Amino acid sequence: MARMTPEINAGSMADIAFLLLIFFLVTTTMDVDTGINRMLPPPIDPNAPEPPPVRERNVFVVLVDAQDRLMVEGEPGNINALRERAKEFLLNPDDNPNMPVKETTEIEHIGQFDVSRGIISLQNDRGTSYEMYIAVQNELAAAVREIRDEVSRQYFGRRFNELTDEELVTAVRRAVPMAISEAEPRDIGRR
Amino acid sequence: MARFRKEGGKKTPKINTASLPDIIFMLLFFFMVTTVMRETTLFVRTSLPSATEIQQLERRSLVSFIYIGPPLQSQVFGTEPRIQLYDAFASVDDIASFIESERQATAEAERPLMTTSLKVDRGTRMGIVTDVKQELRMVNALRVNYSTTRGEVAGIR
Repeated sequence: MARMTPEINAGSMADIAFLLLIFFLVTTTMDVDTGINRMLPPPIDPNAPEPPPVRERNVFVVLVDAQDRLMVEGEPGNINALRERAKEFLLNPDDNPNMPVKETTEIEHIGQFDVSRGIISLQNDRGTSYEMYIAVQNELAAAVREIRDEVSRQYFGRRFNELTDEELVTAVRRAVPMAISEAEPRDIGRR
Repeated sequence: MARFRKEGGKKTPKINTASLPDIIFMLLFFFMVTTVMRETTLFVRTSLPSATEIQQLERRSLVSFIYIGPPLQSQVFGTEPRIQLYDAFASVDDIASFIESERQATAEAERPLMTTSLKVDRGTRMGIVTDVKQELRMVNALRVNYSTTRGEVAGIR
């Protein structure tokens, strides 16, 4: 018979594993990074020609002042009603002449679709709190997302974020663009 | 009547610890997979606001972080919100070079996918955030992510 190899003492294996475990517990963080994705407008070229003016009926103006108060289309607004108002503006269900123009466009996979030309313009003050700014951004993004969901359900029978085909996602994106623009910053109420 | 126990009679049987390392290793791997390495030591408080319309940040190697918030050591640095880049306080003017160095560290093909994550304390005023955003526009770092947690939005019923 061949010689038996002596058994290795594995008693300290647990200690080693514990040590590693504690090292990883200390040096790592659990949180997954989530947030609201946005594109900033490109810098303004001083030599570029003046962009064509946007028709006033196509712009939904949201102002947030230094006291975190909302001004929606020239009148005091409420954050709770903002989502519904933004949706109503973008959809313009009654073809109200004060609300955005709709342009009939041919979109692949959808066909003829009335794309709203509406733009939401968000302007905040230097004194606005970040929490309020995020709340407003969130409500406006939610308005667009809800419209996208409706369109997606109507044409493809699924919610927008459940679409897996990249082409369908692009089609819905074209039908309902994320038209949130941030105005050049202004300093109104110093704080 | 009374029964006496034999001295040093029954001994509790030894628990077999042979599987203990396996259990600990399992825990270790769980933590290694689910967590990410901490990269910076925070000097500012970033208690993030919550939102519902959030997306997950993918490809952490393409994300540069800018922290804005009141300093943790308020006795030393005051309570006015400050910007932190990497492991130090910075000013608005440092952002251009910060973005440039992050770009240099990324492969050219992936530069358009780079995102700047703004981790801003919820109590901060927008002034400093606007300055940072303007600076980011100047250097064409247009993809931003306002870092938030998932949850109900403040002020919404």
